[in-house]
Amino acid sequence: MAEQHAAFLLVGRNAQKLAAVRDDLLTRGASAVTTFVADLDDTSAHPAMLAQAVSALGGLDLAFLAHGVLGDQPQAEKDYAVAEAILQTNFLSAISLVTWLANYFEAERHGTIVVISSVAGDRGRKSNYVYGASKGGLNIFLDGVRNRIDRAGVQVLTVKPGFVATPMTAHLPRSPLFAEPGQIAKHIQRAIGKRKDVVYAPPFWAVIMLVVRSIPRRIFKRMNL
Amino acid sequence: MGNSGTPASTPRFESWGRYPRLQADVVPLHWTGDFPLQHAPGTMQLPVGLGRSYGDVCLLENGTLLQTAGMDRLLHFDPATGMLRCEAGVTLQQILDFAVPRGYFLPVTPGTKYVTVGGAVANDIHGKNHHVAGTFGRHVIRFELVRSDGTRFVCSPIENPSWFAATIGGMGLTGLITWVEIHLRPIVSRKIEYRGDKFHGIDEFFALSQSATSEYTVAWIDCVSTGRNFARGIFMQGDHSETAGPLTKSKEPKLTFPFNLPEFALNRFSMAAFNSLYFHKQLSRQKIGPVDYESFFYPLDAVLHWNRMYGKQGLLQFQNVLPHESGREGMIQILKAITKSGLASFLAVIKFFGDVPSVGMMSFPKPGPMLALDFPIRREVSFDLVDRLARITLDHGGRMYSAKDARMTPEQFQAFYPQWQEFARYVDPGFDSAFWQRVTGRRPLVG
Repeated sequence: MAEQHAAFLLVGRNAQKLAAVRDDLLTRGASAVTTFVADLDDTSAHPAMLAQAVSALGGLDLAFLAHGVLGDQPQAEKDYAVAEAILQTNFLSAISLVTWLANYFEAERHGTIVVISSVAGDRGRKSNYVYGASKGGLNIFLDGVRNRIDRAGVQVLTVKPGFVATPMTAHLPRSPLFAEPGQIAKHIQRAIGKRKDVVYAPPFWAVIMLVVRSIPRRIFKRMNL
Repeated sequence: MGNSGTPASTPRFESWGRYPRLQADVVPLHWTGDFPLQHAPGTMQLPVGLGRSYGDVCLLENGTLLQTAGMDRLLHFDPATGMLRCEAGVTLQQILDFAVPRGYFLPVTPGTKYVTVGGAVANDIHGKNHHVAGTFGRHVIRFELVRSDGTRFVCSPIENPSWFAATIGGMGLTGLITWVEIHLRPIVSRKIEYRGDKFHGIDEFFALSQSATSEYTVAWIDCVSTGRNFARGIFMQGDHSETAGPLTKSKEPKLTFPFNLPEFALNRFSMAAFNSLYFHKQLSRQKIGPVDYESFFYPLDAVLHWNRMYGKQGLLQFQNVLPHESGREGMIQILKAITKSGLASFLAVIKFFGDVPSVGMMSFPKPGPMLALDFPIRREVSFDLVDRLARITLDHGGRMYSAKDARMTPEQFQAFYPQWQEFARYVDPGFDSAFWQRVTGRRPLVG
């Protein structure tokens, strides 16, 4: 998108990292890049932040939500506060943002909301059900919002990546299932162009998750997935 | 594990030669501020890019490899001057994809675009235009170096010049390079005006090198055939086209070498057949015309994982340079030793380095003929051959390339690079590599 001279407002927690991404986008042709330091867990700050985005960019065409934490599942099983923090970041903060954005785009009668969810939201698994629940809840919320604002011409794209080589998964052992962020970006870009609702990235995850979802619960509950 | 060089499980990070195979932790870096690591790893560390060095220069047994490919942002580009600043994990492929549509090209490129800028600096790589452009380091304006104690500083010929010289060609040992500023060169087309001339024997190669006027020169040489066909080859030269032409982005390669070829597939007969085919692919004595830069610079990049052709044993690469005075006689001795062994593959190149001085303290190139080729690993037979080639190189006052090596002895390395002790003063106390351990006598040769 930078190569098509788009203008960006970047939101993140770390000013230095935002500056590096800003420089990259500007070098590649972005017409303007503004950065905004914020912790998205603080949902009360969302309206002011989005207002600034609208005024800095002179309106929005596309919102891209890519924040989230994997969380510590064993800790979250023992301590509700840990589980709540995961839900706050992955679920509630996204709900807040999408609520404001959906209303804005609905009134504009155009726009695209892209949200990075996860294949983990397709079925609760023993090994990461708190993270999975946060993404599963998000998927259902997005399904509903889509049905509401699609008729206003607004696209809501749920992206379900599998394993991606990012800082979030840096501690996991690499396997052939891992994809590079650049590959995922291409799938997302294509899905936006085709005005898709849901995209598995890479697409082979659609098959894997079809299999995972179709395992009878009787058997699934004994598995160590 | 230990000295066997073949651990039970596949290591997470392999060099391109896939030999030796050493286990290490891999920590991906995504931001220039990620290093030093928040949690001290308690082991020695080494920055690595895409692992396209052939031997053990990018390996560290039981150490922590800092994988830089996630630091892949472009930070600044000046379209008027061609100055590009980017993070160290940006690959030459990414630079080309960005620069070619804007009318710029790499100032120096090796035979693959799948290397990072950090790796290009750390090995002070060279290309087909060495005789006019020198090494990659000649085109580096500045970079940032971060030491394991957290010190960060900018290095250039003006700022911290001794660190600039030690880090260019410093094999990643002087600290982590986080970003690099380089000069790109302008082009008006993707096309290369190509000329290929067949030659028979080393003297014809020398004559062609002498008379060549192009910016890029290199020769493929047959290291298998003997007798009448000894040292036959094709001398290839090219220049960036000066006629305005396409400046589009390259397509992604579609072919992947799908599996490890069994060891018996590469043998004296199949290699002789390959070499004959390649030599006769060009029918006429001379061939002239425009070609795409991809096929001119990166013919092997069209097949991902081509190193699997050498089977799971991996491959040994040998690259040396000899001084002009002893070059002819030395190269003939070396080529005879190789053809006699019957071990050579068809990937062999020969070229004359020019006299543009390298800025790196430990840079490989110096004026004279250089030869590079790879061998399948057939244990002692291959090791003995490479050792013999190293001795001939030493006797003729030449040197070998660290980034391609897995077999130099400490004595050989220290004779090739007598400045090594001076360089050692710049090595980060928290950094080490399997190569550095070997050539400083702290690690036995794996067999």
